[in-house]
Amino acid sequence: MASSNGVKKMPDLIIFIILLSLGYFFGKWAEKSHYASIIKREKKFLNLPATSFKKPIGEIPPIERSHLARGSVVISVDYFKRILAGLRNFFGGTVQSYETLLDRARREAILRLKESCPQADQIINLRIETSSISKGRKNSIGSVEVLAYGTAIYYESQSPS
Amino acid sequence: MFLTNIEEIPGKPIITCHGVVSGSTVRAKHAGRDIMAGLKNIFGGELKGYTELLEESREQAIDRMKSQAQQMGANAIVNVRFSTSSVAAGAAEIYVYGTAVTVE
Repeated sequence: MASSNGVKKMPDLIIFIILLSLGYFFGKWAEKSHYASIIKREKKFLNLPATSFKKPIGEIPPIERSHLARGSVVISVDYFKRILAGLRNFFGGTVQSYETLLDRARREAILRLKESCPQADQIINLRIETSSISKGRKNSIGSVEVLAYGTAIYYESQSPS
Repeated sequence: MFLTNIEEIPGKPIITCHGVVSGSTVRAKHAGRDIMAGLKNIFGGELKGYTELLEESREQAIDRMKSQAQQMGANAIVNVRFSTSSVAAGAAEIYVYGTAVTVE
């Protein structure tokens, strides 16, 4: 943190505090509204299960067609969380601030996967890839990309539905 | 061209297997998107510019894989897998690979 070096370090400290509070408040607000949107959309897709099995689950009609589907999202961490994580690097332990970020990113990616094929009946062999698109200085993780992909299958439609 | 990430195309038996095919792209983003990303790094949130960039790269990598499979005479690719990594500041490499097969 800023040393007691007199007036020269004051502007740095002020900027730091401003960035920190901006990050905290906007971050909290963005996270809350994102989670609300995620929960709403997940309810919409309760009829489209996604599993990591290689075969479809349950008793199902013959499969008419299938295709590869995917959804991805890149989410960046706000300043406040990054400082928290930096502190954790000092003391060790779980980094809770990043856990919520990655949870949101994964759920968002799976939702986008489902939104790319809303007419599908089931998604099998769901795989999730996470990679860091680091942008911050001091080697801190700036942003994370999550890609969810799987095979969307469509049953043969029953007689006139 | 059929693509799946399981080991078969449901309902279509595999006749011949042509081997592994792959496609990759390395894309750098442009300055406009970078400024937004810099702001978002303070506030947090989704980086739409990056998401679009990586989606386009993925499409391109898949197209390269498909054309490689077509040259081999295959009509389907099974067991498709993706891999993403950042190779330089502001550039990401997308790698897609799978097994090219001929199905009925």
